[in-house]
This record gives sequence, structure tokens and C-alpha cells, in this order.
Amino acid sequence: MHPTSARATTSLGLAILVAACGGGDGSSAGGDSNAIPSGVALTGAGATFPNPIYTKWFDAYARQTGVRINYQSIGSGGGIRQFTEGTVDFGATDGPMTDEQIAAVSGNVLHVPTVLGADVVTYNLPALGQTRLRLDGEIIADIFLGKIRKWNDPRIAALNPNVSLPGDDILVVHRSDGSGTTFIFTDYLSKVSPEWQQKVGAATSVSWPTGLGGKGNEGVTQQVKQTPGTIGYVELIYAISNGLPYADVRNASGNFIEPSLNSVSAAAATGQLAADTDFRISITNAAGEAAYPIASFTWLLVRPENADTTEARLIKDFITWMISPEAQRMAADLHYAPLPMPVIELVEARLGSL
Amino acid sequence: MTAPAALNTARPPAHEPAAGVSLERQSNGDRVFRVVLTLAAIAIPVLLAFLVFELWSGARLAIDRFGLGFITTSAWDPVAENFGAVPLVFGTLLSSFLALLIAVPLSLGVAIFLTEFAPMRIRQPVAFVIGLLAAIPSVVYGLWGIFVLIPLLRTTVFPFLERLLGFLPFFEGPIYGPSMLTAGIILAIMVMPYIMSVAREVLVAVPNSQREAALALGATRWEAVRTAVLPYARSGIFGAIILGLGRALGETMAVTMVIGNRHEISASLFAPGYTMAAAIANEFSEAVGDLHLAALAYVALLLFAVTVIVNAVARLLIWRVARGSAAGSKAI
Repeated sequence: MHPTSARATTSLGLAILVAACGGGDGSSAGGDSNAIPSGVALTGAGATFPNPIYTKWFDAYARQTGVRINYQSIGSGGGIRQFTEGTVDFGATDGPMTDEQIAAVSGNVLHVPTVLGADVVTYNLPALGQTRLRLDGEIIADIFLGKIRKWNDPRIAALNPNVSLPGDDILVVHRSDGSGTTFIFTDYLSKVSPEWQQKVGAATSVSWPTGLGGKGNEGVTQQVKQTPGTIGYVELIYAISNGLPYADVRNASGNFIEPSLNSVSAAAATGQLAADTDFRISITNAAGEAAYPIASFTWLLVRPENADTTEARLIKDFITWMISPEAQRMAADLHYAPLPMPVIELVEARLGSL
Repeated sequence: MTAPAALNTARPPAHEPAAGVSLERQSNGDRVFRVVLTLAAIAIPVLLAFLVFELWSGARLAIDRFGLGFITTSAWDPVAENFGAVPLVFGTLLSSFLALLIAVPLSLGVAIFLTEFAPMRIRQPVAFVIGLLAAIPSVVYGLWGIFVLIPLLRTTVFPFLERLLGFLPFFEGPIYGPSMLTAGIILAIMVMPYIMSVAREVLVAVPNSQREAALALGATRWEAVRTAVLPYARSGIFGAIILGLGRALGETMAVTMVIGNRHEISASLFAPGYTMAAAIANEFSEAVGDLHLAALAYVALLLFAVTVIVNAVARLLIWRVARGSAAGSKAI
């Protein structure tokens, strides 16, 4: 036993030594290019919805500058909690923090919008195939409230005069897991339907008046795909990459808008951001002519005051890079709607004043 | 090479002292071994206590707010911060019960077939394959449920059941696919390998003299199994079932993918339901409000309590059955 274990210890030690040397080499090489102390890394935690683009950004950023950013996509709730407790350098969330939550943080909180997300209303009506239905907010709210029960309801038919709607029952499918997707959707419905606001409200998970819960975008998608007569909501990215049929939704200006990266960005452009905004604004039901109404920012949470610490400086550098055209183009490649110019300018201005 | 030599030289002194003295004068190795084992044994209750304490302190906000009313109300509204766990407890118990209802006869049948009736050549391979089922991750069962089982149930099995038994409230439409019954079936498939494997081991361990005695008295093979083998193995078989039950109560991922996640109690097995474990897994990561989080911790505490109670009742049952089987074997 003895010689074997001794050999094991030696080789283990050697492995650690090698690993340590390798790590040292890597970070010092990165450090040289940007005069950053070696081994520096930022940690963040939060939303799962923007995780793919964050992962890509952090990877690209590490390559360019040598600053490693560890991001745990544990969900918005977890992100806000860890940020409040100060265990991470920055948080990330799909729904803005409430005033109460901000009060619980020692010091200030700055919400930095990163990209835009949107929900589409998808359905399964075999007779229609990929035909895009036209819906408005009140109809969607009443369907999800269980008040409109048939596909050939006169109100749906009135918006879709050229479509022969079947007389099937409508089966509602919603997310069962808490999710930023649900937040965007319920936030929109709360704005367009007083009854929804009063009975259900807006949150990452709500008490659904009717329907089935599917776990994750894939759970909702499968349920909708398999069952004729279903209606559900999924992220835009998911609908595009899976070729799901989805509805054009009437926006606040009265136009029926097809969900797309452009129409989502348009919703943010017309968000009427004041110069001193804290970015905690909802852009659902936005007023612009071409704005798709079920859209939202997703945010990074950072602490604005301790700007002299290394971490704060690194975060600021990262955000500056993130709003660059190059980084925002990466977002579009992954089907996230990039921030429109006015928002980028606002973020830039805010960074300067940090 | 040195180790065996050291062992050889150490052996003679160990034999030397009389039995009583060797108990008094333990070697260092014995003492260390004893301390390590004691620590290991203590670690588990400590861990358990720590777990309960952590759940309790996490749930305090909800316990203070809702008290025992949490177990008697059925609202679940994160926006209005009003929570009750009845549908969750109901769903957990019902889905596990359904799972056992389906899995127990099946797996016992397979176990009996494999130990008593199957040709020798296929016994090991079949047992091995069923054991493999236990190694499949539950998310894979869930995906299989979504892609294969649900379409099959929705288009074929459920409509058939509805036509056959639709007069009962348990089999009333509408049929969605994801439902309490779907969850029960998925769970049954998942717990089967556990029940089957343990039951088979227990049956194999029944002495051959039991069977031979029954056969010698003129019993058929089935009568021998029923009167001599099963009574002998009864307590072991109950143990196998409890192992399966424990797994069914705590199963999360596969269940949440097929149960429909509706916070509601309905008589129909075709209607969607919810379980405690599924609710925690679904809502924990995005629970933003403190009370919401506390309510989920409260659910976890409840799940723990339900598991303990169910297991205690099952133990009690085993204990009584074990006494019964001793009497039974005397009768034979």
C-alpha cells in the first residue's frame, strides 16, 4: 500500500504544480496586454434567459482582455439575492428590482440594460398551419383568463376575417417554472387588461386562472406542438429557431406587429427614456408605430458608488465593451434583439458619470 | 510488497493473549477505527438535524404567517403572496400511490417469474436489463414521457380508458396528455427496477427446502410459491416496496415534466396536478419575494415530514408482517 499511495501523492502534487503553472502563465499573458493584476476575475449570478449571450460575451471578453468573468445562471431571484448579500460582483435579472428590494441593498443599485427579450404567442391549429393569426392584448388576456374558450370566438374572428377558425376548445399552456418569460408576458397582460391586473398580476410565477404548466420553453413548446387547439407563450428566440407559428400582436398604436428582432428593438427605442432614467422601465405595450408590445430589457445589477475598487473598474470596462457595436452584433447572431442607439447612448452617459 | 510482510509479522502477537485480555487492550488501530466509525455514525443524525434546522429557519417567515393553515388551504398566488400546500401534498401522495399500484404487481410478477419459472439461461440477463433501468437519469425519463408516452396516452390509452371507465369520476375528460395518471405511470416505470431487484434478491434467498417441502406435499409450482416462498419473503418484499415508495415520493424532474403542474385538486386522473418536489424545483430559482421563498422552504419541510411519516407507517407495517410471517411459517 505505502509505495503506491506515495506515488499517487507525488503525481497529484505534480499535477497541481503543472496546473498552477499553466494558470499563472495564462493570466499573466492576459495581464500584460491590459495592465490588470493577474488572476483577477469577476463573479456574477442571475437570469437564465440571457445566459447564452452572456456566456458568449464573457468568453469573447476574456480572450480580448484577459479578464475572466464567472457567471452562474441560477435565475433572476437567486441573482438578486446574491447581489443583495454582496456575494457576487454583479447580478443579472429579467425583471427589475422592486423599490423594497433596492432598499434592502446597502448602497445604490444601477440597472444596466444588456439586450432585449420578447415573448411570442404560439398556437397549434392544424387547419391553419403556419398562418399567422392577429391578436390583441385584451383577447390574449381573456384567453389566458379562461374567458374566451373557443377558437372561433367572434372577437378572434373579427380580427382575422380571412381565416376560417375551427370551433375547437382553446387549451392554455403556460410556464410552470418561475421565469423572466412569464414576467414579460404577465407584465404586458397587466397593462392591457385591468381584470388581469386585478386577478392575476405580474410576476415570474403567478396563479394561473386556467391551463397546463409546461416546464421551460421546451415543455411549453412540446405541449403546444403535440396538442391541437393549444395556445402558449415562448421566447422569441425559441420560436424562431423551432419554426413555431406565432401571432401578430396589435400594439398601442393600433398596428399588428410581427415579432422580430427589429420590432423588438423598436419597442425599446420608443421607450421614452428620460435622461436621468434608472432603466427600471417596462417597455411592454410600447407606443411606437413599429414596436412589438411583448418585449422587455434584461439587466445587469451593479453598485455605482465604489467606483475606485478594481472590481467596479472592471465592470465598468466590461459594460463599455458590451455596448460596443461588436458585442451587440454578437447578440443579434444569437437572436437577441440588440439595444437601440438611444439606449446605448444613455448607458454610455451613465457610465461616464460613475 | 512490504504490506503482506508487515501483516505476517503482526499476526502472531494478536493470537497470543487470552480472549478477555485482547478486549481490554485494544491496539491503536482498533481505537482509531472505532473513533472513525463513531464519527461516521454521528455525522448522519447531525446532518439530518442540520437539514431540518435549515429548512425550518428558511421557512420561518411562512410558518409565522400561515401556521398550520398552510396544510389546509390551497391557494398558491406568488403575486398576492398567499400560499397553501394542500394540492401539493395531495399530488405527491396520489402520484406515488398510483405508481405503486402499477409497479408493485408488475415488479413482483417479474421477480417471481425470474426466480421460480424462467429458464436459467435468461434469468441473469433479464435481471441485468431491468437493473439498467435504474441507471437512467430522471430527466431522460421526463423527456421520454414528453415525446413518447404523452402522445401515446393522449391519442390511444386515455380515450380507451375514458370509453371503458368514463362513468367513474376518476376517468372523466377532458384529456390533455400531461396528468396525474401520466405522472403515476412514469413513476411506476422508474420505481419498478428498485422493487424488482430487491424482491428478486429476497426470493433468491428463500431456502430451497421451503420449495421442496411444498412440492413434496403435492403442491403445484404456483401453490409452492404462494404458500411457501412468498410468506417466507414477505417482510423483504415489503422492504422492496418501501424503497420504491421513497423514490416515488421524492422524484422531481420526470414528474414535473409530465404532470401538468396545475395547483389544483381534481377527482379525475386525466386532470393535471402538482407535487411538492415539482413545485420546489419549478419555482425556487426565480422566487423573488421573501415570503414566496419561505413558502417553498415550508413545502420542503412538509415533504420531509410526509416522507418520514410514510416511512414510519411502512416500517410499522413491515414489523407486523414480519411477526405474521413467523406465525405463518409455523403453520406450514
